[in-house]
Amino acid sequence: MDWRDQGILLAVRHHGETSVIIEVFTQEHGRHAGVVRGGTSRKIAPILQPGAQLDVTWRARLEDHIGSFAVEPLRSRAAAAMSGRIALAGLNSVTALLSFCLPEREPHPNLYHHSERLLDLLGQDEIWPLAYLRWELGLLEELGFGLDLSACAVTGATEDLAYVSPRTGRAVSSAAAGDWADRLLPLPPCLRGQGPAPDAEIAEALRTTGFFMENRLAPSLGNRPLPEARGRFVDLVSRPR
Amino acid sequence: MAGSTKDIDALIELMARLPGLGPRSARRAVLHLIRKRALLLTPLADLMTRVAATARECLNCGNIGTSDVCDICTDERRATGELCVVEDVADLWAMERSGVFKGRYHVLGGTLSALDGVGPEELRIPRLADRITTEAITEVILALNATIDGQTTAHYIADQLGGRVRLTSLAQGVPIGGELDYLDDGTISAAMRARKDL
Repeated sequence: MDWRDQGILLAVRHHGETSVIIEVFTQEHGRHAGVVRGGTSRKIAPILQPGAQLDVTWRARLEDHIGSFAVEPLRSRAAAAMSGRIALAGLNSVTALLSFCLPEREPHPNLYHHSERLLDLLGQDEIWPLAYLRWELGLLEELGFGLDLSACAVTGATEDLAYVSPRTGRAVSSAAAGDWADRLLPLPPCLRGQGPAPDAEIAEALRTTGFFMENRLAPSLGNRPLPEARGRFVDLVSRPR
Repeated sequence: MAGSTKDIDALIELMARLPGLGPRSARRAVLHLIRKRALLLTPLADLMTRVAATARECLNCGNIGTSDVCDICTDERRATGELCVVEDVADLWAMERSGVFKGRYHVLGGTLSALDGVGPEELRIPRLADRITTEAITEVILALNATIDGQTTAHYIADQLGGRVRLTSLAQGVPIGGELDYLDDGTISAAMRARKDL
């Protein structure tokens, strides 16, 4: 059996002397692994850098076999990623999170297109952190842990929303928070797609999405710790540029 | 007959585990060694015994040598204040073959890799920070691979050492003898960004 698809390269592992096992997030087949024979060769190794956009053909005798990939490069994002710290750390965070939380062989076309658009913006450091924040919200949504930030969970108000409930993931207004404010998570305007979104505010928003990744998403996947790459990216965004 | 070739079979099996060799090529190599017993096999066996007893990692830089501190680290002429950071010993040997660098090295022993569980603690980064002080280093050259993992590690080291010393990295672009037509778009973009005046 075989199929052909497009995908984003998430990870590469050596397999024997000359082959590698790659993990690709494909449009129609989700996160899928397979062997690339000769993947360590001088010709193919430069193509197989995380974040690369590939045209892949997967072949296996039976569907549950790991199978092998024939790969053709469509777009290399390595140069854009290596152009700066934010881009490099961001790419590492995206590929590590996709590899961490996507079930194997389950298509997520919306998330795929969102991820592809995000990675195509690599190198545009002024807009990338905000685009990344939107992507993380989309990732949570896609995996069933989306935040509802449209109205206050207590009063139904749509103005003055300043917090997120760590229990429900719903917005809470300043007035409704009252004495509970210190137990709630911050809701900076950029999390609702409002305001100029300075880096400090994006970092605060990423700590809120990080809470749900760590306390909702990760436990649903067997309680593994979140990839360190995400922490490094958030740390970088928190620092003044 | 089988008993009489047991050791030879075992040797073939061991040789076949070496990089670049399979069972067939290992058999050819062993046969060649036996035929050139005096010229190759005996000296090779002697040397292997000696290297097995003496080979060790340099306590200072991580290079492989036959003493606790390698020849490069003990050579005073190489105390130029420049330290070249490489991923592993093979990279150090490649730099030495080129003969272009006259300072000292620091071998990390890998790159940061979330997938393989390699964090900063697994690399020799704390030792690198120590050496900058104790060896009066003025420039650290990050000669790491132009891969995502290599450059992630370079940026991590730069963060750790930032401000203490001059940090540089190898240039990226068109290789000597390279034809543009055969280069991937990533290399061409990097080369274009790093263009220089003629």
